[in-house]
Amino acid sequence: MKMSMKPSLPVGIVGYGAYVPRYRLPATEIARLWRGGQDNAKLPVKQKSLPGPDEDTITMSIEAAHNALKRAEVDPALIRSVWAGSESHPYAVKPSSTIVAQALGIAPHTTAADFEFACKAGTEAMQAALGFAGSGMAQYALAIAMDTAQGRPGDALEYTAAAGGAAFIVGPAKDAVAILEGSFSYTTDTPDFFRRSYQKYPEHGNRFTGEPAYFHHISNSVSILMEDLGLTPKDFASAVFHQPNTKFPKKVASQLGFTSAQIHTGLLAPVIGNTYAGASPLGFTAVLDAAKPGDRLLLASFGSGAGSDAFSFVVTDKIEGIRDRAPSTSDYVERSVEVDYATYARWRKKIRHH
Amino acid sequence: MDIPRSWRLRNQRYLLEGNACTSCDKKHFPPVLVCSECKSRDLRPFTFSGKGKLYSYSTVYQAPGQFEAFVPYIVALVDLEEGPRITTQLTDISPDEVRIGMPVEKVIRKISEEGERGLILYGYKFRPPVD
Repeated sequence: MKMSMKPSLPVGIVGYGAYVPRYRLPATEIARLWRGGQDNAKLPVKQKSLPGPDEDTITMSIEAAHNALKRAEVDPALIRSVWAGSESHPYAVKPSSTIVAQALGIAPHTTAADFEFACKAGTEAMQAALGFAGSGMAQYALAIAMDTAQGRPGDALEYTAAAGGAAFIVGPAKDAVAILEGSFSYTTDTPDFFRRSYQKYPEHGNRFTGEPAYFHHISNSVSILMEDLGLTPKDFASAVFHQPNTKFPKKVASQLGFTSAQIHTGLLAPVIGNTYAGASPLGFTAVLDAAKPGDRLLLASFGSGAGSDAFSFVVTDKIEGIRDRAPSTSDYVERSVEVDYATYARWRKKIRHH
Repeated sequence: MDIPRSWRLRNQRYLLEGNACTSCDKKHFPPVLVCSECKSRDLRPFTFSGKGKLYSYSTVYQAPGQFEAFVPYIVALVDLEEGPRITTQLTDISPDEVRIGMPVEKVIRKISEEGERGLILYGYKFRPPVD
């Protein structure tokens, strides 16, 4: 039985864009405040990206999607879906995607919706967009993966909960810079991490977030996809895995048979942290920035709850022509300004002035 | 800003939608009913590129209530590439990095929040180009 998913019309990514805010909080700053620096030798990342006081998932989505539009050179009015995946939508009720659609000149002839599935909300939106364009219901579809993650002060996740993400315009394979070969999703009821309504910070299951959650779901989505497409790790030029820290993606890559050279380009967590729904899609934009025509690329997300979406894409010769139309992912990663914990606490509304 | 007004002006705030005079081609932002150059009333919608240069600025330390979260912030006069000089905020920049004449580009940011329950207002601000 054919397990992987592929729409009946050939489709791919016709434009992509990244966004990372310019501020960074060093992990040593968190360790200094909460642990007296005792864990300085084993910090999960070097630093994490932090949104400025006037940024949120909506503003960041607009910039990433603007970059994707610049690369695709598609008339915004031809885009038929704006799907934004995030666990940090600024409104509980009022779709982020409506504001993004209006701000980019895509509205009103479009559908818009917000996706939610912890850290894989973005790849879910991508998968839906690929299906939407691949069914012929839309010529072009926009999928966004973006988060401004919140970590409870003093919690282990505070070191990594970061901000950033990516946007993709999906369309016909003839216009694509990367054509979809197939996708596969693996989902179970696994409560490794969750946030109840009206709670500001999520709860997590400590070590439970590893083996039965992250590793089990990614291993299955990727190995079933590869088996179904008749591929092995050697067939891929690059692979990007969800990156909640530096260790997990390295370990799952090695378990599946990928080398560290294959995951190097898309592994951004050490220098920007875990951008949640944005994480693997943002790493994927860094890979597209460096990819050559003919390269086969793997993208595998993980979302707590839990599930993993895996995709295989093949890069086309159109990639060289569109790359420089928008800032590269490394332009955003490198424009970094360090802030201290006090600034972070104020901007993230952990302290208030009244 | 009340909801009907912010809704009415959304394309000005998001897209820098102004207008251009059909007789003398002067560009206006915000849009005008009568061209200030040739007095024509025949104007068409015009969307600005969002590229410009910093003409002047001032740093705000004592802000009205809805802007307190952003203090210190920079209020600027920006000359748009297409002509008009507009008032805007700068973002992604600290006061010691600002230089008159520097190139700036439009981004969409949070302008203000109506408390914890009200509308979040988004609109244009300007910042140094990323690449």
